[in-house]
Amino acid sequence: MEVLVILVPLALALGFAGLLGFLWSLKSGQYDDLDGAAWRAIVDDEPTGGQGGTK
Amino acid sequence: MQADIDFSHYLKSAGTGLVHLDLAVEGINCAGCMAKIERNLSAIPDVTSARVNLTDSRLALEWKAGALEPALFVSRLAELGYKAYPFERDDAEALEAQRAQGLLRRLGVAAFAAMNVMMLSVPVWSGNVSDMLPEQRDFFHWLSALIVLPAAAYSAQPFFSSALSALRARGVNMDVPISIGIVLALATSVIETINHAEHAYFDAAIMLIAFLLAGRYLDQNMRRRTRAFAGNLAALKAETATKFISPTEIKTVPAAAIRPGDIVLLRPGERCAVDGNVIEGRSEVDQSLITGETLPAMATPGSAVFAGTLIRSGTLRVRATAASGGTLLDEISRLLDRALQARSRYLRLAERASRLYAPVVHATALLTMLGWLAYGASFHDSIVTAIAVLIITCPCALGLAIPAVQTVASGTLFSSGVLLNAGDAIERIAEIDRVIFDKTGTLTLPELDVANLADIPDDVVKLAGRLALSSRHPVAAAVARKAGVAAPLSNIQEEPGQGVHGFHEGRPIRLGRASFCGADDLANEILCRDPEASVVAFSHGESRYAFAVRQRLRPDAAEVVAGLARMGIAVEIVSGDREPAVRLAAEVLGVHEWRAEVSPVDKIERIEELACRGCKVLMVGDGLNDAPALAAAHASMSPVTATHMSQAVADAVFLGERLAPVLSAVKVSRKALRLMRQNLWLAVVYNVLAVPIAIAGLVTPLIAAAAMSGSSVIVMLNALRARTREAA
Repeated sequence: MEVLVILVPLALALGFAGLLGFLWSLKSGQYDDLDGAAWRAIVDDEPTGGQGGTK
Repeated sequence: MQADIDFSHYLKSAGTGLVHLDLAVEGINCAGCMAKIERNLSAIPDVTSARVNLTDSRLALEWKAGALEPALFVSRLAELGYKAYPFERDDAEALEAQRAQGLLRRLGVAAFAAMNVMMLSVPVWSGNVSDMLPEQRDFFHWLSALIVLPAAAYSAQPFFSSALSALRARGVNMDVPISIGIVLALATSVIETINHAEHAYFDAAIMLIAFLLAGRYLDQNMRRRTRAFAGNLAALKAETATKFISPTEIKTVPAAAIRPGDIVLLRPGERCAVDGNVIEGRSEVDQSLITGETLPAMATPGSAVFAGTLIRSGTLRVRATAASGGTLLDEISRLLDRALQARSRYLRLAERASRLYAPVVHATALLTMLGWLAYGASFHDSIVTAIAVLIITCPCALGLAIPAVQTVASGTLFSSGVLLNAGDAIERIAEIDRVIFDKTGTLTLPELDVANLADIPDDVVKLAGRLALSSRHPVAAAVARKAGVAAPLSNIQEEPGQGVHGFHEGRPIRLGRASFCGADDLANEILCRDPEASVVAFSHGESRYAFAVRQRLRPDAAEVVAGLARMGIAVEIVSGDREPAVRLAAEVLGVHEWRAEVSPVDKIERIEELACRGCKVLMVGDGLNDAPALAAAHASMSPVTATHMSQAVADAVFLGERLAPVLSAVKVSRKALRLMRQNLWLAVVYNVLAVPIAIAGLVTPLIAAAAMSGSSVIVMLNALRARTREAA
């Protein structure tokens, strides 16, 4: 049962990392446009200049 | 028109030399539009970011300050085929968005905690039947407590604070039993863990919070979305005003930028965008949007004009006032307050359910405890059993039953052109048994129409239309719109109050009053047949024609009235307009009950009289004079062309030229209410099955967790049935 010493902190850390990831995605506005986000993944023709990039 | 609007009101600094502008864009409805707009706009030099929000049909732009004119984006979007208008997020919308995000954050925390605790709970559940050491079980319980206690303290706050404020007001709402259940479950679990007992309910408590937050988030997100669309609609109306920036200079600014005290210029054909008092000038004004009266009134210095008034003949200077000042508006605000108070007494289905629910559940738990004590069980065991009853009955499914149906139904309504303003609108619209329609702008289209187009040769219509483009008179504008022309004639003069005239192909050409064009006999002929029409005459050389311009019923008005009648709903017309006009509309639509020349006070009285007889009325109206009646009725709807105040009070707003959304709103709402009731009954059945097990003291954490998620999933699946389209 010594394996618990490793597994339990590991499980907690992973869970915590997941939560942090969720909070980050929420804060960066990734849930603001759920319809658009669904389509963005399959829009094939990204602008060549790159999004947010200046020319 | 767009290019001369002053955008400076809407520009925001995005830091480090960047400017930010939000646009509401009409016509974005697919991923293709999104990609096209973003690609085109980010190709403009100096644009640093162009991002479309497909959910809200909005576009956020950022560019280097001073490098570009904002009007450029609007014209570029117009080239792509989209109409765009600057908009400002109002406070109400920002608040709803903030709340939705807060709930999502809490939901995330609760859900992650629930997942991690589940990982610890499964070994304990299986260990209880195999060979887990008590020390290991205690260790897992302590770990669960470590995760759940802080997570619950954070994520359950909305329930705690709502329950506290209900208790302070000496009332009970759904959050009171929820909060008691959560707190007791957590407290027992901690005590049981300290005592090295077998069962702890950390997993059930945090799962309960997560499910309930999901319901709250759905509810809040629906409201946020409605707000966002209402904001877009306001922007798409693109109301502008001509403001005096000095005694002689004028500038076109967005209506939102006008402050009380500003002086505004109103020209013939313009719709007033602000409330104010006339300080200079005389004009006939059309207040049909406000009073429902289609005959023009006279505005002179000192008289009040309201947002929505159409200026017909002269030019006015108006000093903008705050919402008060006008006697009509004061009266309407007063009626509105009273009516809204009456509505706030409406008890939502969920509240009615929770009023029954809380005492029954708490009494059951108390009786369980007393029963076990009387039976001879120890004090500790009795209390633990009673708490198990509270946990198993905690209204998990109940919390989801109604928001889930509401969310799905509001999506269906949205696709048929209805936007909901109020959370409980669906429940109230579903209950109605009588519809009262206003006439002007509701049963009829807001814009005037030429009735006798078929009698006039096409080339004459086209020519008259081109001439009409030089006039700002609404009747002339109707002719221009019907002719579908875009090229105005050159060298045309306007004769105030008479019409426009000039020369075309060497012959004099005129459009205006019948006497102005020498076509009195033609005009009289039309007026004999149709006394409600306005006549606009046209002459070119010796030939003379007369256009009959009038309000037109919405194309499907008769069908909708018939459809409502088939559903057993009585239909009535109550209008502020004159009797012949209302009588005619009622006859065409086959409506037997109608009232004409009704004042706002009488409209409310009619609704209250019907309410006393037990009728539940759906009021459909658009004018400012309808606003109090909209608020007083059991439920209300407005077309999107309605005045601000009416739209704000109405439970739902419908889009487009057709009246069909009213019918589908009733159908979808009735179906949704049926599903909500079914869901509540499902929750009751679940309790009837689960509570005896809990009373018998047989509930383990495993049973609690399974029962809770099982009932929630069933309720959600049932809610999805609201999605099937009604045949409109």
